[in-house]
Amino acid sequence: MTTAPRQAPGPDATASAPGPALTQSAHHQSPRNDHRTLRRVLTHLLPLSPAVILLLLFLAVPIGYCAYIAFTDLQLTGQAHSSFVGFANFRTAFKDTEFLNAVWLTLVFTVLSSLVGQNTLGLALATLMHRASKPVRTLTGAIVITAWVLPEVVAGFLLYAFFRREGTLNAILDWLHLPSQNWLFTLPILAVSFANVWRGTAFSMLVYSAALDEIPQEITEAAEVDGAGGWRRMWHITLPMIRRSIGTNLMLNTLQTLSVFGLIWVMTRGGPGDKSQTLPLYMYEQAFQNSMIGYATAVALLLLLVGSLFSVIYMRLLRTEV
Amino acid sequence: MALTVSSRRKSRRLAADAGLLVVAATFALPLLWVVLSSLDAHADLKVKAPDGLTLDNFHAILKPDITFTPLLNSLILCGFGTLLTVVCSALAAYPLSRFRSRLNRPFLLTILFATSLPITAIMVPVYALFVQVNLIDTMQGTIFFFAASQLPFAIWLMKNFMDGVPKELEEAAWTDGASSFQSLVRIVLPLMGPGVAVVTVFSFVMMWGNFFVPFMLLLTPDQMPASVSINEFFGNRGMVAYGQLAAFSVVYSTPVILLYVLVARRLGGGFALGGAVKG
Repeated sequence: MTTAPRQAPGPDATASAPGPALTQSAHHQSPRNDHRTLRRVLTHLLPLSPAVILLLLFLAVPIGYCAYIAFTDLQLTGQAHSSFVGFANFRTAFKDTEFLNAVWLTLVFTVLSSLVGQNTLGLALATLMHRASKPVRTLTGAIVITAWVLPEVVAGFLLYAFFRREGTLNAILDWLHLPSQNWLFTLPILAVSFANVWRGTAFSMLVYSAALDEIPQEITEAAEVDGAGGWRRMWHITLPMIRRSIGTNLMLNTLQTLSVFGLIWVMTRGGPGDKSQTLPLYMYEQAFQNSMIGYATAVALLLLLVGSLFSVIYMRLLRTEV
Repeated sequence: MALTVSSRRKSRRLAADAGLLVVAATFALPLLWVVLSSLDAHADLKVKAPDGLTLDNFHAILKPDITFTPLLNSLILCGFGTLLTVVCSALAAYPLSRFRSRLNRPFLLTILFATSLPITAIMVPVYALFVQVNLIDTMQGTIFFFAASQLPFAIWLMKNFMDGVPKELEEAAWTDGASSFQSLVRIVLPLMGPGVAVVTVFSFVMMWGNFFVPFMLLLTPDQMPASVSINEFFGNRGMVAYGQLAAFSVVYSTPVILLYVLVARRLGGGFALGGAVKG
């Protein structure tokens, strides 16, 4: 992974990449300390090497390769005949309405399901759990966490059954004499966003439960005695005290949501048409239905860059802990 | 005064209970559907009481080609992937946790950065790369990639757990002439048993449920893990037998749910991952 920080805009991550730091420290040893150096190498670097080799070969090299083929016209059929095309793939992307549609849908999907859905519902659940009775708390926790632990495809399939025309949601709406519709056809992006909330809320709930546990009880009680109502306590005391948790949770949810593929694939295949085709599905379609590996990789690189940007912010948030 | 406070508490608790139960019911519907349908001879897509409980759906799917082979494939992929992840991350975490070095900080920052990279984004280039080096459609290629993609988070977690083991215990062993490898295996790892369990179970669960990686890297149907083969129920078999699909979902999901429960119990109900990333 030594190449990763160099792509990131963090200035001192670049300056202190593992490579140079290592040669430097070996260089400054006097000959007397040779076997000390050897010992250090054995105890420090040898245990790191299997992990580093795996990370380099299977993550860093693909990322590097990604950055390279994004600038070629590599196709699925003609491996040997790819040539360098500069920024053509990126220009194509930003002129392609299907790509812009995918960007827009990814944005909608992320904001709806991660920022609003998982985050807010997770916080609400954690807050309610703080006050609820134990059996209800345990039951709710178990159900929400089960949804989280389920394999991605199973989750997708369960929500597919839920939203289908002949599925559970419409059965309930019929029972309530409310109009039903074919959700996966009329509002696919809403359906997959709900699915992502269903699947991902447990994580926020756990993070916020842990954060709320750490707020000293006296502070909330004092505010209560002073007559601060529930919403005011939430706004002026709880939220400011857990703001670091909010930051890291939002970041992780966003990154997670950015790379959702299986859930949407199972539920809608990105359809109907391209009405639920987020960037990962668009990338897949370009690579394998249209055989445009180079172009699909350019899209992947953009996705990776957005992810890296979030990663860097996340690192800043956690920085003091390293 | 005390009375009003306690009665206010009670009504607030009732409100919280009611709110939670509404959410729980909504979340439970899809889960309820899969359990009921798997036992229903005439399952369709909505939640309903089965017309007569039956295990026919399970009988129909518990066959080598439909269930056992994909589950075995999943077990091989995730078992070896997890083994590789745990061994490599334990080794890597040791110097990071035990020795001061100028390497540690940049390395850990790189790891943290890699932890949050969207793996989905690199699947197309990984596919292209695997085609070039003949790793496409091989179990070992997929295992290596699984391990590599899980490693950043595993190292991060493992290092945090290892920091919790006091160094003094090892120093005694060192004076007795134990090497650092010996003290890692004999002293540190046993003392951080729950931590190792969390990393193991978490890695396994992530790989077990992962769809996109084997979907891209494996081509031969015989090698497909359950996460991909479940997809076949939809596409290629024409009429979808929802009862069987539900039964398969239950069989496929049960191991990870049991594993999760096991680890959550062992850690006293609290969940260490939530704590490890809460910042």
